Amino acid sequence: MIDRNQVLHVARLARLRLSEDEIPRMSSELSSVLDHIEKISELDLEGVVPTSHVIELENVFRADEPRESWPTERILEGAPDVAQGGFRVPTPGQ
Amino acid sequence: MSEPTSLTAAQAVERLRSRDLGWRELFDAYRERIERIDPKLGAFLWSASAAPDGEFDSAPLQGLPVAVKDIFCTEGVPTTAGSRILEGYVPPYTATAVRRLEEAGSTMVGKTNMDEFAMGSSNENSGYHVVRNPWDVERVPGGSSGGSAAAVAAGLAPWAIGTDTGGSIRQPASLCGIVGLKPTYGAVSRYGMVAFASSLDQCGPLTRDVTDAALLLKHLIGRDPCDSTSLDFPEEIALPNRERLDGLRFGVPAELSSEAEGIEPGVAEVFDRTLALIEELGGSVEETKLPHAPHGISAYYVLAPAEASANLARYDGVRFGLRADGDDLLSLYESTRADGFGPEVKRRIMLGTFALSSGFYEAYYGRAQRVRTKIAEDFRTAFERFDFLVTPTSPTVAFPIGDRVDDPLAMYACDLFTLPGNLAGLPGLSVPCGLSEGLPVGLQLLGAPFAENRLLAAGHALERAFAFDPAPPALEVSR
Repeated sequence: MIDRNQVLHVARLARLRLSEDEIPRMSSELSSVLDHIEKISELDLEGVVPTSHVIELENVFRADEPRESWPTERILEGAPDVAQGGFRVPTPGQ
Repeated sequence: MSEPTSLTAAQAVERLRSRDLGWRELFDAYRERIERIDPKLGAFLWSASAAPDGEFDSAPLQGLPVAVKDIFCTEGVPTTAGSRILEGYVPPYTATAVRRLEEAGSTMVGKTNMDEFAMGSSNENSGYHVVRNPWDVERVPGGSSGGSAAAVAAGLAPWAIGTDTGGSIRQPASLCGIVGLKPTYGAVSRYGMVAFASSLDQCGPLTRDVTDAALLLKHLIGRDPCDSTSLDFPEEIALPNRERLDGLRFGVPAELSSEAEGIEPGVAEVFDRTLALIEELGGSVEETKLPHAPHGISAYYVLAPAEASANLARYDGVRFGLRADGDDLLSLYESTRADGFGPEVKRRIMLGTFALSSGFYEAYYGRAQRVRTKIAEDFRTAFERFDFLVTPTSPTVAFPIGDRVDDPLAMYACDLFTLPGNLAGLPGLSVPCGLSEGLPVGLQLLGAPFAENRLLAAGHALERAFAFDPAPPALEVSR
């Protein structure tokens, strides 16, 4: 069961602001999905190696050659707020 | 058959090459169909207002149009991934998969609608509008590549590309009565493809027939220095011509067969008929086991949200896309993400963040990665005895719009048959094999890594035998 406090804690970690309506709904939906997921705790997974990449492939190298990067103006074209050739944001606070 | 839009892609390429059809004429015919029919379907988020400049006489694809899922970055053309948080975003570069198609002489006729960030199985999670199934406009087209599937089924594009993280090409292909192929993980570059779950995401074709799937795949594959998980495909993709299945061994996993939980009787019946047909064509059919496959949904709904929660951290309102007001940086992040993400995306970010959070990591993420190992092992064992595994693609036919939106678990169950293949990185092909209640049913063929040529060959033989009529009756607009 994921309670209100856990929902608020996880939402803060995820940088998501939830409305008062969303909190109880998230709590019950996450709880029911996690109940379902719990089924994997029944499996004996002792000694099983975890898989993060499924096709055998390791040590992919490339030559370390300098390349042109994107021009600053091009990247700033899509930015919501630009100042002095950079992304402008409000104060980080305290 | 006189309409050029009724041609398959392979047929159209031949006509273009012999010059009795001009590529602009074909492009405009598709544009006209999109204009006329798409308002009833909602398959596109953007479509071309005019044919692009170009000369394709010597290009393999001869200027043939393609529809591109809106998850692929396209230089100068808006790319939203179905999300409001990317509304108005115009990428400075083009995804490798799209660039390869352009280099082969393909022209982009439109960008297709999708579930937001590819999270969903019905297209109802699009941040813009729903997509309707051309077979019955009151029903969903499947998802997340629902716009691509509906566009191809309705003849609004000769073919399309989509992405498949847990079934997002195969399931909508099945629900719309077309062919869908998820290639082996790494076969197609993910560079420029908006990331959902990087260890599972794979680009692939949605087409009118199996030959077209082979032709499109041929131009998509290959290693890309910009995606270090991409691979050199070990062989050329051949156009399939197999007519019989003699000597081929088909395994039917008991856990994913007509006995599986939640399967509709009509789907089970069509699937069982298909097994009989495989035998008539000379293939052998035998039951087998994938003991861990039923745990695929649980493992997937830990791993995919966990990866998504990290991948979607970049949408913070600073560099591109939507920005909401905030007095300080933290509140800017939080309000941008609150306004920009829809309910399912928030749910998955929350689920993934929880699964990766301190104290829960091993119980969820660690265990799910181990289950993934067991699922991949089950497949390896099965492919020692069988050339292919066959399952229905989806447990149900297309369901009514609104039926499952309020029940995340019911929606997740749509992917029961498809997501084990993603967890193991395998290629999977969905071929329409019949109708249940007048709606298409798909057969899924799964193969070992890099078995695409064999899958397409077997799919070709089956497609001939099914003689499925791909024209959806509901639209009353024939191709």
